[in-house]
Amino acid sequence: MPQKIFLEHTGKADLTQIEHYLKFGGYSSVAKALNTLTPEEVVAEVKKSGLRGRGGAGFSTGMKWSFLDKKSGNPAYLVCNADESEPGTFKDRYLMEFNPHMLLEGMIVSAYALAANTAYIYIRGEYWYLIDILEKAIAQAHAKGFLGKNILGKPYSLEIYVHPGAGAYICGEETALLESLEGKRGNPRIKPPFPAVYGLYGCPTVVNNVETLAAVPWIINNGSAAYATIGIGASTGTKLISACGNVKKRGVYEIELGLPVEEFIFSDEYCGGMANGKKLKACVPGGSSVPVLPAHLLLKTEKGEPRLLTYESLADGGFKTGSMLGSGGFIVYDHEQCMVRNTWNFTRFYRHESCGQCSPCREGTGWMEKILYKIETGKGNMADIDLLWDIQRRIEGNTICPLGDAAAWPVASAIRHFRHEFEWHVTNPAEATKPGAVYNGNLLSVV
Amino acid sequence: MPKVIIDGFEIEVPAGTTILNAARQIGGDLVPPAMCYYSKLKDSGGKCRTCLVKVTKGSNTDPRPMPKLVASCRTVVADGMEVANITSPEVLDARKGVVEFLLINHPLDCPVCDQAGECDLQDLAFEHGSPKTRYEFERRTFEPIDIGDKIKLHMNRCIMCFRCVFLADQLTPERLHGIMNRGDHAEISTYIEKAVDNDFSGNMIDVCPVGALTDRTFRFTSRVWFTNPVLAHRQCNTCCGKTILWMKGDEVLRVSARTTFYGEVEEFICNTCRFEKKNAADWIMEGPADISRHSVIAQNHSHTMQVLKNGVPQYDDSQKPTPKVKSEIE
Ligand SMILES: Cc1cc2nc3c(=O)[nH]c(=O)nc-3n(C[C@H](O)[C@H](O)[C@H](O)COP(=O)(O)O)c2cc1C
Ligand code: SF4
Ligand code: SF4
Ligand code: FES
Repeated sequence: MPQKIFLEHTGKADLTQIEHYLKFGGYSSVAKALNTLTPEEVVAEVKKSGLRGRGGAGFSTGMKWSFLDKKSGNPAYLVCNADESEPGTFKDRYLMEFNPHMLLEGMIVSAYALAANTAYIYIRGEYWYLIDILEKAIAQAHAKGFLGKNILGKPYSLEIYVHPGAGAYICGEETALLESLEGKRGNPRIKPPFPAVYGLYGCPTVVNNVETLAAVPWIINNGSAAYATIGIGASTGTKLISACGNVKKRGVYEIELGLPVEEFIFSDEYCGGMANGKKLKACVPGGSSVPVLPAHLLLKTEKGEPRLLTYESLADGGFKTGSMLGSGGFIVYDHEQCMVRNTWNFTRFYRHESCGQCSPCREGTGWMEKILYKIETGKGNMADIDLLWDIQRRIEGNTICPLGDAAAWPVASAIRHFRHEFEWHVTNPAEATKPGAVYNGNLLSVV
Repeated sequence: MPKVIIDGFEIEVPAGTTILNAARQIGGDLVPPAMCYYSKLKDSGGKCRTCLVKVTKGSNTDPRPMPKLVASCRTVVADGMEVANITSPEVLDARKGVVEFLLINHPLDCPVCDQAGECDLQDLAFEHGSPKTRYEFERRTFEPIDIGDKIKLHMNRCIMCFRCVFLADQLTPERLHGIMNRGDHAEISTYIEKAVDNDFSGNMIDVCPVGALTDRTFRFTSRVWFTNPVLAHRQCNTCCGKTILWMKGDEVLRVSARTTFYGEVEEFICNTCRFEKKNAADWIMEGPADISRHSVIAQNHSHTMQVLKNGVPQYDDSQKPTPKVKSEIE
């Protein structure tokens, strides 16, 4: 049986109730850390485990923690990023809904490691019903002495607050999140300085994703070595993947990193194959921001090796023939779905969500959206495709925050792998704009 | 003190100096254009991306090049750093892109815009832009609004540099001015169009790089290149009282703050000096103001102005300087 960390006990009992969570050994890592480990030892454990940020970038969590400025004399903060707004990504929601105490437990141990006495959960406003669940869980943890003053009788205190966002994807970017948490307009900050030095209210701060923090209790309980044995190479541990699109069984799955993509899509244990007898055409494996891959490059790398769900394997081939694990939002397209329409839809999203601070992103996303709409509605010409390429190229890497890149990559990858489909829209506008029009030109890439 | 090399020119600057300011100390064509950075406004810069440069060597201790182009206005130099601006085709291409982005929602109504001739965007487009636009869609449009009785906001022309917002934040006691909405819907707003009413609000006209914020007491009275800039001062209890008068004959058409070589205000002036003192008799005139611009306004003949008749400088039209040809880059 594959190892499960987050979802091992969900479904067996209502884990939002602390009594049930405790029955399965819940909060034991808090006792273990506070009683037997120094904060530095917790950081070292997490570093050795190989845990990498699950918010998208995949940066070593232990490393990030060790950058925290301890000498400033200012209080340190831990912030949990629960803004989850990337199209295709809905794994944090699942975790918070069905296992909220695991997040709290992880936050307590992590805050202890960072010597932070205040921690925030910044949650997207649309998750209003989760705020309720989390606040009830916090109250229960308080009542049991896992939060508040002198946790478990030790000289360590912590309060956790839930702060809802107001509906902006950009507030998931860590520095925009901090601005928003401070009550300001959620504009990303110019880095450096990084949050580890100048974060919330100018104090040293660590921002981590929900899933990242929720993995910490297991690491402390079972040891970094045990965690590092799960997975392959530098992709250790388990990962939540939210599968959507036209597969039989959409939903949130916990996988051991290293699972072949093919098995994830086609085995009955996971997605159960394509739905309605359709064929696999393409996939966005890590949330809308990462490059889309056509079926043949999704299942096998350019070198012909099976593609695995790891940071390295999904990135194999660079952007030319690879993609990214990202946040684990796995969007599957069947052979009747239109890549132009999908690209337009994504771009519409980025246009709507750009904060508007920097000119390439503010102006470029809107421009790309208009051109894509023009092509999608049968009014495009061949030069538009090249223009799109040129625009995305001049956005990428030239902006303040990675939203610019996130807007550029889907366009670039769609043109790179599905150019013929764009061209078909240009040359066959009447056909392409019929309701339910299906492009059949390139079945090479359909599995 | 760290030493940095920019386009092959070495300079030693105090620690903490940005690449842009180091380049300004060297001067000349290698100075990156800046549309949002403003040395007198804290936290400004980093937004427009016109000042992007390539750091080909990080420092002596870490010689790796930086992976992406960086905003020179917000990137601090390190000892041994090497920077490419006009010697990098990548930088020039990105800059061309930025100019194009800035112009797609800018109305190109220079012929009817009060800022024409002293517009940073006009200069930027002239130097770094393409002769033709590839944008074929409708531009975003807004109705011009009055913010207070002295300032006009023409949102169509705004390039979202945030300078006026920083100014409102840092120079005036009450912050009524901000940005609403996001992305390409973002707009400058004085919340619910409340008048910006305080002694220093007029300075946002001077910090605005384009014709989005203009002086209602001057609008459409004259093309700026038909006026003569004159340095003048008066005794003022609120501000330094040091200004530039934009004159036509004996008439003071406009008063603005004095600016540096890079077009930044030297010292902010109060609204009384700016809007209320429109008589030549209000001022002690010092002589012609040298407006160091490279586009239309520089074709003025202020350099040749010498004779002071009744205290008012006169121009000698016969000695117009010929336009400087931009030196070939690459
Ligand atoms: C536009 C944008 C949106 C983001 N949204 C989220 C988000 O919703 N949740 C998240 O955890 N990280 C998000 N991130 C990544 C965060 O900036 C940050 O890297 C992450 O929270 C760090 O946590 P981790 O190291 O645990 O992954 C976003 C980044 C960008 C640029
Ligand atoms: S890249 Fe886009 S979202 Fe990020 S700071 Fe710039 S305008 Fe805002
Ligand atoms: S109104 Fe002018 S100063 Fe203000 S943001 Fe727009 S362009 Fe900048
Ligand atoms: S001047 Fe540097 S980004 Fe605008």
